[in-house]
Amino acid sequence: MHKHTNAKESAAVKPGSEEPARRKAFKRVFRHMGVAVLGSVVAQAAIFSRPARAAKILRPPGALPEKAFDSTCIRCGLCVKDCPYDILKLASWADPAPLGTPFFVARQNPCRMCKDIPCVKACPTGALDPLLTDIRKADMGVAVLVDHENCLNYKGLTCSVCVRVCPIRGEAIALKPIQNERGLLQIPTVNPDKCTGCGTCEKHCVLSEATIRVLPRELGLGLSGTNAVGRMVW
Amino acid sequence: MVAANRFLRTVSALKRRRWLLMRRSVQILIVLAFIVDLPEIGRIAAGNLSSSVWFWNVPLTDPFVMLQSLLAGAPFAKTVLIGAAIVAGFYAFFGGRIYCGWVCPINMLTDAAYWLRQKLKIKGNLTMSRELRTVLLVMALVLSAISGTLAWENINPITLLQREIMWTSAAGLTFLAALFLFDFLVTRRGWCGHLCPVGAFYRWLGHYGRLRVMAVKADACAGCSDCIKVCPEPHVLAPLVAKKAVTVTDSDCTRCGACLDKCGSGALSMKLDLRRGATFRGIPIVKK
Repeated sequence: MHKHTNAKESAAVKPGSEEPARRKAFKRVFRHMGVAVLGSVVAQAAIFSRPARAAKILRPPGALPEKAFDSTCIRCGLCVKDCPYDILKLASWADPAPLGTPFFVARQNPCRMCKDIPCVKACPTGALDPLLTDIRKADMGVAVLVDHENCLNYKGLTCSVCVRVCPIRGEAIALKPIQNERGLLQIPTVNPDKCTGCGTCEKHCVLSEATIRVLPRELGLGLSGTNAVGRMVW
Repeated sequence: MVAANRFLRTVSALKRRRWLLMRRSVQILIVLAFIVDLPEIGRIAAGNLSSSVWFWNVPLTDPFVMLQSLLAGAPFAKTVLIGAAIVAGFYAFFGGRIYCGWVCPINMLTDAAYWLRQKLKIKGNLTMSRELRTVLLVMALVLSAISGTLAWENINPITLLQREIMWTSAAGLTFLAALFLFDFLVTRRGWCGHLCPVGAFYRWLGHYGRLRVMAVKADACAGCSDCIKVCPEPHVLAPLVAKKAVTVTDSDCTRCGACLDKCGSGALSMKLDLRRGATFRGIPIVKK
C-alpha cells in the first residue's frame, strides 16, 4: 500500500524518471563493467590466438625470456635507434611478433656482437637485461645444423664458411672430424654453451637456404632425462 | 597602401588563429624532433611517445604505457619510472588532456578528418557514448593483466603513426586510414572524443590540472555560443555560456584553444588557476 503511493507520487513529479539517481548510476557502472569484461574476454582470445612467434624472429642480446619480454618491453624503439649497424627492426603487423617489439632476422642481418652492447644500454625498462655486460654471454638463440643432407661439409667438401665467419670461432663452432663411407669429413659442430645465437653463420651459409640456422634455445636443443625411453608410460 | 592593408589583414587573420597555429607548431615540432637529424647537434628526441630520451638525458615515458607494462607483470625499472613521473607530474599539474590537444600526432589526423567533414557538409553521425573510452581504458588495463602483454600497444595508433613516419613501413597505414575514414564519415570526433583510452587515461590523470579556460570577462560574453560550436568536447563549455561557472573544470577539456580563437568578445582566456574553491559572483562553481 505504502509502496504503491510512493510510486504514484514520484511518477506524478516526473513521469518516466522514477528511478533514483543512485540506481541509475549503478546500472550505468555495471553496464560499463559488463562491456569491459565481455570485451576483455573476446580481445584476450584474439591476443592468444595470434600465430605463434616464428623461430626466425630473434630478440636483441640480453632479451628477457619471451613472456617477461612481452610485458617489460614498452616498444619505444630506443634499442633499434642505438644499434650502430641498423640490424634491429620493430615488428609491424606483418611480422609474427607483438606490434612494436624489436627483432632481427639472422639470414638478413645478424647481430654484430658489439663489445659495449649499445642496444642493451639504450633500453629504459630492462627488457634487455642491463646485467648483460659480456656480449659473449648473450643468448639470442642457438645455431643448429638443421640439414645434414645438404650441408657441403657433409658432402665431403670443406666449405666451412659458417665456422670461418663465427665471431667466437673455435669455441662456439668448430670442425670435428667424422669418419664415414665418403672418407674423413670435417663437420661444423656447435657448442651450445658458447654460441650466442648472433646468426652470422646462418647469414653467410653459401646455400640458397641456410642449412645452419639460429633457433630459440628451447627449439634448438634437446634435453636429456625427461621422457621415458621407448616405453609407454601409464 | 594596398600592400599595407593586405599585411594588416594577414596579421589579423593569423591572430584569429593563434592558438591553432601554436598548437600545430608544437605538434609538428614534436614529430620532427623524433625524425630530423640537426647538423652538429643530432636528434633532439630518441625513441617514440611510449618512451623517449630528450636532449640526450631527459627520459620521458607515457605513464599509461608503463601502467600496462606493470600490470602485465614487468618489474620496476628506474629510467622509465623517472620518465613516467616527469610526464605524469606535468599533466597532473597543468591538466591531462593537453596531451591530446598539443602532443598526440593522431590529433592532426582526426582534426583533418573533422575539417574535411565540415567542408563537405557530411551530416551522418553515429551516436556513441563518450564513456566508451573509459570502458576501453578499463579493458586495456584488465587485458594487460590477464594476457601478460601490453594490450593497448598491440593497436595503439599513436606509436603506430610514429613508426610509419620514421621507418616508412606501410603495414599500419590501413588502420590509420580506417581511423581517418571513421572520423570523416561515421562519427563526428569519433576517435579522440569517444574511443581513445589514452585520452581517457590522461583525462583521469589531469582531473585537477590547473591550466584552464576561464571566462575572465564574463560580462563581455554575448552568449553567441560560437565557442561551443568549435569545441571538440562541447559539453565542457556549457556551464560557461550558461553563466553558471567562470572556469572550465571538466577534465574532458583538451586546452586546444579553439574557443579562444573563435571568441570575438574577449570573454575567454586560458590561465593558470591556482585559487581553489573560487566562486562566481558568490555562486559556487558548478563542477559537473
